Amino acid sequence: MQVQVNGEAKVLTKGATVSSLLEEMALTGKRLAVEVNEDIVPRSQHVEFTLNDGDRVEVVHAIGGG
Amino acid sequence: MTDTPEILLPEDKPLEIAGRIYQSRLLVGTGKYRDLAETGRAIEASGAEIVTVAVRRTNLGQNPDEPNLLDVISPDSFTILPNTAGCYTAKDAVRTCKLARELLDGRDLVKLEVLGEHKTLYPNMPETLAAAEALIKDGFKVMVYCSDDPLLATILEEMGCIAVMPLGAPIGSGLGIQNRYNIRLIVENAKVPVLVDAGVGTASDATIAMELGCDGVLMNTAIAQARNPIKMANAMRLAIDAGREAYLAGRMPKKLYASASSPLDGTFF
Repeated sequence: MQVQVNGEAKVLTKGATVSSLLEEMALTGKRLAVEVNEDIVPRSQHVEFTLNDGDRVEVVHAIGGG
Repeated sequence: MTDTPEILLPEDKPLEIAGRIYQSRLLVGTGKYRDLAETGRAIEASGAEIVTVAVRRTNLGQNPDEPNLLDVISPDSFTILPNTAGCYTAKDAVRTCKLARELLDGRDLVKLEVLGEHKTLYPNMPETLAAAEALIKDGFKVMVYCSDDPLLATILEEMGCIAVMPLGAPIGSGLGIQNRYNIRLIVENAKVPVLVDAGVGTASDATIAMELGCDGVLMNTAIAQARNPIKMANAMRLAIDAGREAYLAGRMPKKLYASASSPLDGTFF
């Protein structure tokens, strides 16, 4: 199945979760926030939150700004 | 009995934001620095306790070991104030705030800014009002970047914004406070903290904001783009303190003509 991660297409195996996606991207343990289809997925739900074909995932972090 | 004019000096209230008292009235941004080390040093020199950050997409697969801003500016040591910079609609601003709250373990203090267009980055007030309403309803504590319109500032306060932050001049322009009269009116009417956000170019601009009675100043470019940001951060710290002291002291009235400082009695010529 295919999802959009930060605007880029990404192929994932069926049953992939937010947690497994972050692990695949070497982002486990980083301070970040995740949104799927414009809804927040709280950190406590990353492990069980299953992704579906066509999902739009945003992974964000804090950067310098005024 | 002759009436002696009562000397009314402003009350020295501490800066309180979302139930917390702050010693420093200088709030700083973290953008436009050379690197994170410089960011950290400048913030230390500024003495700021409240620090703004932006929320952006994580660069996927690029340098996973790159240090994170929040490792340098720890949420345990500073009040992190996420902004909605780059948002041009209420919807995007609300979305950004929700991501920021998740990012910061449920902390709900945000700096709302909804911009109108690229050239001036002037706030889009209708969208700002819509976003403020939605955010307050959702439990956010909203510090709001706004135009220097005294009526809008009051409306934002009445809606429940916890601080109003009118611009002194466009973001990153360094032009200084362009409408002192409006800032003064906003300060006079407000019961929540008023902070000048944007437009400061150098130390005297920050002092003027504080002399007008503002509760604080938020700046980024004036420090980050100074030739020596660390020195300018220190200058801003002093400028804020000087302006605050002058405000509390109550300045002398302005007069059109001279008034001799040395006594005229006892002259020998």
